[in-house]
Amino acid sequence: MSEQQDELLFDLTLSDEQQLMRDTVMRFANAEMRDKSRPADEAGEAPEGFYERALELGFNMVQIPEDLGGMGADRSPVSNMLIAEDLAGGDMSLAIGAMSSLSFVNTVLDQGTDAQKKQWLPRFAEEELHQATIALMEPNARFDATALKTTAKAADGGYVIDGVKTMVPLGASAEVMLVAAEVAGEGPAAFFVEAGAEGLSTSKEDHMGLRPLELCTVKLEGVKVGADARLGESFDLRRLLDLSKIGLAALTIGTCKSILDYVTEYCNDRVAFGEPISHRQSVAFMIANIAIELEGIRMLTYRAAGRAEQGLDFHQQAYHAYLQAAEKGMQIGTDGVQLLGGHGFIREHMVELWYRNLRAIGILQGCVAI
Amino acid sequence: MINLELPPRLEQARQGSRAMAEALFRPISRKYDLQEHAYPEELRALGGVRRPKTAEEIREAEALRELAKAKAKQDEGKIVNGNNTQGVVSVAEMCWGDVGLMLSVPGVGLGNAAISAVATPEQKERFGHCYASMAITEPSTGSDSANISTTARLEGDEWVINGEKIFITAGERCDTVVVWATLDKSAGKAAIKSFIVPKDAPGLEFVGLENKLGLRASDTATIRFDNCRVPKDNILGSPEIKQGSFGGVMQTFDNTRPTVAAMAIGVARASLDLTRELLEKEGVQLDYDKDVWHSSAIQAELYRMEAEWDAARLLTIKAAWMSDNKQANSMEASMCKAKAGRVGNYITLRCVELCNAMGYSKQDLLEKWARDSKILDIFEGTQQIQLLIVARRLLNKSSAELK
Repeated sequence: MSEQQDELLFDLTLSDEQQLMRDTVMRFANAEMRDKSRPADEAGEAPEGFYERALELGFNMVQIPEDLGGMGADRSPVSNMLIAEDLAGGDMSLAIGAMSSLSFVNTVLDQGTDAQKKQWLPRFAEEELHQATIALMEPNARFDATALKTTAKAADGGYVIDGVKTMVPLGASAEVMLVAAEVAGEGPAAFFVEAGAEGLSTSKEDHMGLRPLELCTVKLEGVKVGADARLGESFDLRRLLDLSKIGLAALTIGTCKSILDYVTEYCNDRVAFGEPISHRQSVAFMIANIAIELEGIRMLTYRAAGRAEQGLDFHQQAYHAYLQAAEKGMQIGTDGVQLLGGHGFIREHMVELWYRNLRAIGILQGCVAI
Repeated sequence: MINLELPPRLEQARQGSRAMAEALFRPISRKYDLQEHAYPEELRALGGVRRPKTAEEIREAEALRELAKAKAKQDEGKIVNGNNTQGVVSVAEMCWGDVGLMLSVPGVGLGNAAISAVATPEQKERFGHCYASMAITEPSTGSDSANISTTARLEGDEWVINGEKIFITAGERCDTVVVWATLDKSAGKAAIKSFIVPKDAPGLEFVGLENKLGLRASDTATIRFDNCRVPKDNILGSPEIKQGSFGGVMQTFDNTRPTVAAMAIGVARASLDLTRELLEKEGVQLDYDKDVWHSSAIQAELYRMEAEWDAARLLTIKAAWMSDNKQANSMEASMCKAKAGRVGNYITLRCVELCNAMGYSKQDLLEKWARDSKILDIFEGTQQIQLLIVARRLLNKSSAELK
């Protein structure tokens, strides 16, 4: 037993700081997100002042070095994963929006040069709101993140970027975005592109879900950037995708937990054939399976994040977590509606909104880098 | 701290169990699948588990246990990876070798688990060295174990047991049976007690062995009790009929269900390993770079099965870890059993299909694992019983409400 103390044990306990942070984020999700989820979805935009209030949680600045105005805490994929989970417990769209700048910050922390950190990070440690985003996905069926169609060609000591990006969170509000593009002969790279750059245009998209998120099409037509706008020494696209897979799985956990809580209460209250419908195995087993699969996704996601935090390879683990999140998460989403019957189809209840949002998990890539 | 990797000590134990499974179980796996009911002589080499026999040895064992208790007290509040966590890790590896043979290791019966959990020191002295199986199921009572009709009545200084028990794992090879019987059927589940019955007790009749779909290396017996007599002291726990005592009996499942889940994980891992090996020869590899929609159908299925497998494995370790750390884990034990039971069966069946004739043929073991895995979604509580337990817990329902 004594040698156990020196070992890193299998452990599902949060640290005191993590627990404290979780309590704060959950309180925020309850107060600022849960009840505003429906009206925000109907309006197709985030509640007035929401991102300013989310900024006060301070998670953007925590990992930014002290000399750049941040708190200088270690990179913690586990903490960021928990933030994604708990914010999504309030609302998935707003969670992705609130974490958009954090994803940008994390990617710059992980992959940026010192000069790029100095240039791009200090503003995210300020009290004023600054928005940033990552533009990765492209608008074609069978989109493959490992075969980007957007190109960056070397020219005049810099690059010229051409292509179309889609589902870019906060695409119109972001003052800077990281654009992933293929450099011929070199492979994928990412570039800092500022709002207002010549040849850059954004337009808001309309999707079946994630409606308050301001998902945008971003067109790049001969956008010129300097050589120093190319992220890092080389771009580790895989790391960005893998961290996002964990982030997306965490969003699934938060959303599916809301579904589990909702259907548990509903099916205990709803009476049919003279008793609560939860007394029927066909109903009760569906709820049991929601809980089982949700816990499975959670374990896979925590494992992947734990490995990322320890600096271990987490490529496979992120893949597993995301795959189960996309597939089991959608199953939970559709079962959530099913359990309410016709009422589940009505926009009075939340389950149809979660159903629409969960459909995005299998599609989104690279936008929630934890 | 969130860490779902095994510590080096458990990783070592895992590798040790794997090596043993590979050296001892795999070479004779097919042999005892074909020779159903034959005793796997090779397992005698394992010599059974050494348990204290003499009064002195038992005192020593007790002293060691006290020492461990004191240490545990010292460690209170600290997270541990204890016997349960190590247990599921090792069981999975042994079942990667062969689940039927794992269940045939002499001296390690389900009844032993019950004895070491609830026996008095005096009973441990008398029965600690036994190889004890567990007799619960009856011809007309399976999942509703509270409804058993085998009876026990006290006559003078002896319990007199009457009834028939089926599906007793190791029922032939064991020397002792822990038998569930009711003291008074009208008193419901509170009257159900378990009794330690030596195989040579008068009135105990060994009826025969089952012929099974899989798990053929493991003997599954029927035993009849016809006015079978055992001393009064052979009852496990109190002879008093009081409410809630059955719940205590059922709590042993909190530890045994993750163990059976671990068996499913081991068998499924065996299938996945061999399937990936055979498919690699056909040029099918997993690089985890392309998403499932840019992979071949066969790759996509392998990705899915790997993910399902790891989810089941982690749920199982979690349930065992909770038990090690004194957290109530009834629901988690059922969750991992439900997930691992169905995933294990799904994977082993799919692997047969993916490997075509090589999967279906008895030349390799894939077809055997697909037969073995089925029981793991049935015994120690079927898939459906696990879902009932999870649902009742989530919905806060009694067994009268959610039937």
